[in-house]
This record gives sequence, structure tokens and C-alpha cells, in this order.
Amino acid sequence: MSDTGATHHILSVLVENKAGVLARVSGLFARRGFNIISLAVAPTEDEALSRITIAVDAASAPIEQITKQLFKLINVVKITELDPRDAVERELLLVTVSAPPEGRGQVIELVDVFEGRILNVGHDRLTLSLEGHPDKLDDFEELLRPYGIVELQRTGRVALPKIDNTTSRLRSARAS
Amino acid sequence: MQLSGSQALIKALEMEGVDTIFGLPGGAILPVYDPLLDSPIRHILVRHEQGAGHMAEGYAHVTGRPGVAMVTSGPAATNIVTPLCDAYMDSIPMVVITGQVARASLGTDAFQECDTIGITRSVTKHNELVTSAQDIPRAVREAFHIATTGRPGPVLLDIPKDIVDAMNPNSAMEWYWPDDAEVREGLPGYRPTTKGHPRKIREAAELILRSHRPVIYAGGGILKARAAEALLELAELCDIHVVTTLMARGAFPDDHRLCLGMPGMHGNYTAVTSMQRADLLIALGSRFDDRVTGKLDGFAPEAKIIHVDIDPAELGKVRQPDVPIVGDARLVIDELVAVLRRMLDSGEAAPDRSEWKQTISGWQETHPLSYKPSEPGDALKPQYVLEQLRDNTPADTIVASGVGQHQMWTSQYWRFNQPYTWVNSGALGTMGFAVPAAIGAKVGRPDAMVWAVDGDGCFQMTAQELVTAAAERIPVKIAILNNAYLGMVRQWQEMFYEERYSEVYLSPDLPDYKLWAEAMGCVGMRIDSPEEVQSAIQKANEIDDRPVVIDFRTDSSEKVFPMVPAGKTNDDIITDPALGEDFVQ
Repeated sequence: MSDTGATHHILSVLVENKAGVLARVSGLFARRGFNIISLAVAPTEDEALSRITIAVDAASAPIEQITKQLFKLINVVKITELDPRDAVERELLLVTVSAPPEGRGQVIELVDVFEGRILNVGHDRLTLSLEGHPDKLDDFEELLRPYGIVELQRTGRVALPKIDNTTSRLRSARAS
Repeated sequence: MQLSGSQALIKALEMEGVDTIFGLPGGAILPVYDPLLDSPIRHILVRHEQGAGHMAEGYAHVTGRPGVAMVTSGPAATNIVTPLCDAYMDSIPMVVITGQVARASLGTDAFQECDTIGITRSVTKHNELVTSAQDIPRAVREAFHIATTGRPGPVLLDIPKDIVDAMNPNSAMEWYWPDDAEVREGLPGYRPTTKGHPRKIREAAELILRSHRPVIYAGGGILKARAAEALLELAELCDIHVVTTLMARGAFPDDHRLCLGMPGMHGNYTAVTSMQRADLLIALGSRFDDRVTGKLDGFAPEAKIIHVDIDPAELGKVRQPDVPIVGDARLVIDELVAVLRRMLDSGEAAPDRSEWKQTISGWQETHPLSYKPSEPGDALKPQYVLEQLRDNTPADTIVASGVGQHQMWTSQYWRFNQPYTWVNSGALGTMGFAVPAAIGAKVGRPDAMVWAVDGDGCFQMTAQELVTAAAERIPVKIAILNNAYLGMVRQWQEMFYEERYSEVYLSPDLPDYKLWAEAMGCVGMRIDSPEEVQSAIQKANEIDDRPVVIDFRTDSSEKVFPMVPAGKTNDDIITDPALGEDFVQ
């Protein structure tokens, strides 16, 4: 999962904000044998619409077939396929890690390096948060592992197209 | 105008032009059955909800209008899952209304509650739990719009009891009827593409004019799009042969000089082989189904592909097309014909294809469809029954079938010269489809004679609907090809499992089909010998006040040929029954 671009596609799917739409989307993936790596759902600026950000295993099916099948769902309004290179991706990670007083300093150092936060402090545990690119979260998780991860929760990625990209395309369109 | 939800539901169905509902009432749907009494809509009371679904499908097959079924919640909803899946896979427009427990009871495991929306999600084009009486006209309008546009399919509306129960204040609503713009606005994600891309159509025309060995591969989409006439025009304009898949039988007349008939696992040699040798396949409303392609990597190896389908997901799903065109088959073919005409008028011409045509007619001569006629005293051949049925019924007779050997023989031996005369379960392969589908077809086309050709195994699955047909005076005619076996399974066990027959014997006499038919209010007959076949059919044709069931006792050992064994390429087609006998996998 660390070599961004090669193993996954990001689909940003705008859907009607109606009961059962997520079940339709996830049911379609299950039935057609498409693998979901991560999935995040939230409302958008338009209350009638929600955005589902799905990272799809590129090896499980041709992305074209996945998007075409998705678009057959009546409640799916728009699908944007984001190339990981042309998208900003973010994810949030919460982790409770074992941190007895004698080793706590090393954990706190890691949090500093990654620009994470300490949310909760216990006698021998810390709860941390880190927001960032999913790859950064992977690295953080890997480095924390030796200390003993008690509980870990990630949100799954959300993504939007890069603005730079869009403006440069606009510029080149104007120039021609 | 103030209405109750149930009145609004019936009124909305009337507004949609529904003339018939196939259904069976029960607790949750009960309130809707009350205003039905005051409606001009005809209700056909079925004996099992599966029957209602297949009747609605049969109705839709022959009329092109959406079939409508209405049943209650829980077990009724689960009983109609099979027809929903059947309609979904064969792209049949259908609207199913299911009752549901009152909203306050949803999710409590109430009596006859089931998660109908969850269960039917993957077997419907769309479904909706209607959550207020005020939503009913909108939901009905959208359901019919979705079912009948784009790639047609079944839509289910699940209606909680409290929003239709006139005694309940939750069912009060103010009547309205959404216009087209409102329907469009209400479905922001649903915009089927119907017009083909002009550049792609031009590319298709160029490929057609350059090809030496083209074949038109016509599928069920031709019938769904009402494109049979357009197809005829295209085929004649370019003088290109046409194969009609199981779902497209009748889309191109079988007696036309350019018709090659059915391709696929039990297709005829010429249809199968011409596709294999083609340098261009023009796929129109067909989807490269596994039963047509055989082993995929050996299918039509030299062919370039033009693929026209209204469902973009079909393009490239199985075989990558050289020219993909998303659109309605009729509109695209009309455009294609116009472009081709302009090209031909401006002096462009196709290469000389006389050698290809000779090759095709050579195959037709050397590999006709054939079977060994019975010797005097031998058992009746099923193919003979079909020939007699075909030759002793009016030209526009509608024929329905179940699934298995009898279905393949019917498709092979019937002569389909008109569209919408063939009613069958293609993709899902639903045994028991024939009897209820034939009843639905007869309701939709009371002017036409309707025969069902059924197997003895299939007949036993849904025969109870003949009680419905007798009670409602729907004079369908059923020919059971009774070989006392689950015949197609037997054929596979004979050919691929060393004649080890496992659980396929059904007995010719149990049940007694003649007595059973009579008990259900039908005329029953039993025919054992070839000499009796014709007169029995003629007698059945004359009966117009009740259903007729003829139990034809046919040869158990007869197998369907040609056959492309599963997992083989279409080049491995077995045509000669004698070779088939010795076939070892």
C-alpha cells in the first residue's frame, strides 16, 4: 500500500443523500468481486448529496468496469476517478500505544517528528492522533508497532483533486 | 384533492396506463386491495407470488409495456425474488409493489416483516422503501420511468402499511402527478444515453464496409429497443447475415435468406461457425454471454468488434470492442443505416463477399439441424412434437418455454418470423417459467394463440398457476415434453459423468399429468405416438374457454445437439448425435 498509484485507484463518488445508498455501493462491490481498500462517507456542501471516497484495489477489476457498474446505481450522481498523483489525500489515525514512563520519551519524540498530537495520557499508555497522507500514517503505524499498539483506528482516506493541476490545465486551455 | 395512500397508489398505477396487476393480497398490502375494487384495472389472483412475477414478465415480453405485480410483505416478497432476478438478468421492464409492516414496526422482527429492500437490492434495477403517503405518486412515476428507460429492468416499491391504511392518519395525502421535468429533477443520477456518438457510428460504418466476413450478432436489446425493423433494414442494405441469440429469437425473421438462427452452446453449426470465422462481429444489444462465446479466449479469434449497447457497462465487460457505441439499438442502427447509405451513394462499396456467402451456404447444406426420426413403435421424438406444433399453429403464435432441453429444442425447431412471439428465461435459467409466463403473455395479447412448451420437471414447479388460468378463463395451451427426467441434467450426466445418473429420474406417470390438468380445470390429454400428435394439437387449438395440457410422452434418451461442451471453444462443436454418443470429456 505504500507505493502510491500502483495498487489503488481513488474514486470520489457523489451520491444522493438517501437511506441505503451506502449499502447499494458496498453491495455492488461485494457482488462484483471488487475489493475496497478504504471507504469514507460524509455530507458535502450540498445537503442533498454525500461524497463517498473509495480506494479500490486496482488488481481486483478494471477500474473502467468498476466505475461503469457504479454509475448504473440510480442514486450515484457523479464519479470522479482521482489519480493519486493528481489528488490531495488525507486520513486521520487514532492510536492508543503502550508507553510506560521509562519509554514514553521515545514515543513523544515520534509524535513530534510526525507532527501528531497527544490526546490522552494514562499511567502506562498514550492516545495519539495523526492527520496526513495515508502513506505517512502507514509509516507512523509501523514505527509505533514495536512499542505495543493497544488499539488503533483509521478513518479511511478522503481526497479531492489538486487545484494546481486544474489551474494549469485551464491556463493551457486559454493559451491555445 | 385529498386521498388516502392506497387510493393514491391505485390512481398512480392508472395514470401510468396499467391495465393488469398480477398479485395476491395479504396483511400488509390489504389496504391497497380495497380501492382496487373501484378501479378499472384488472387483477389476476395468482396461487403463488412467484407466478405473479413471471406473469408480469410474460406480459412485458409480448407487449413491451411494464408488467406489474403486487404482493404482501415477508414470505410474499421473498417468493417474488426469483422473478425479480429473472427480469433483472433478462432486462424485462417490471414494477413490483410489496406491502411492508407499518413504519413504527420496521426493524422489530414484526409478523411477516422482512428486509425486502435489502433482499432485492441486487436483483432490481432500483428499489425504494416509500416512507410517506405524500411520496407515493412520485415513487410510482419514478419506478415506471426507471423500469422502462435505459436498459429496462425490474423496480420494486416497498410500501409500509400505515401510509396506505385509510383508517390511519399517516395515509393522508394531497394528490399530485409529477411532470417529466420533476421526474428528471428527482433522479439527478439517472441519465441514460440513447443517441450513439456520431464519430463512433462513422467508424462502425467504415469497419462494416471494409469487412470481408461480417456477421450481425443480434441480442435481446433489439427487441427491448423495438429495433427489429431497423435491423432488417441494416442487414438488407449491407447484405450481412444475422445470428439471433436465445433472447433475440424473432428479432430477425427465421425465414429470411440472411438469417442464420441461434448461436451458442446449442446453436446451429452455421450460426456458431460463422461467428468463429467472422472478421467483423456487429454486436447489437447482445452481451457476449458465456453461453454464446463458449471458452472466451477461443471465441471469434479473428473478429473485430462493433458493440452497441444502451448499458455502458456491457462494453468491454467480456470482450474489448474495437468500436464501442453506447446508445439505444434502434436509434443507433437508424443512424448507422443513414451513414452507410450516404457512403454507398457516394460510391464507396464493400469488398466482394461472394466467397464468404458461399462458405456460409455450404455450412448450411452440410450441417443442417437434424435428429433421427423415430421408427414405427419407437418413443415419440420431442423434435417431432415441436415440428408438428410449429406447423399446426397460426404464424403469429406466441410460444413460451421453461428451461432445459425442451427450451433449446423449441428455440431450434420453431420458426420465429415475428418479434415478441418468444417468451423465455434466458440468463437466469428459471425452471418453472413457462406456465405463468404464458399466462401473462395471453393476458397481454388475448388476440394471439399462446402455447407453452414445458418440460415435466419445469411443469411441476409452477403448474398451480393453471388454476389461476382456469379461474380467470385464460386459455393458454401447454405442451409437456414428458421424458420422465430432468433432461438436460441427464444429458450432461450421460455425456460427461459416464452415464452415472444421479437424482434425475422423475417418472412419467407420477404425477398423472392428464388427471392433474383436469383437477385444475383444464382439458388434459396424453399422447404416446407420432400419429396422434397432429390431431391433439388441432383439438387443443380449438379450445378457447379453458387451458389445455397435453402430456407428450417423449424419448428419454434424446439429447440436444449441436452442443459446445462447457469449457470448450466453439470450434469444438458436436453436431452429429452419433459422435455425441461417444463423446468423452
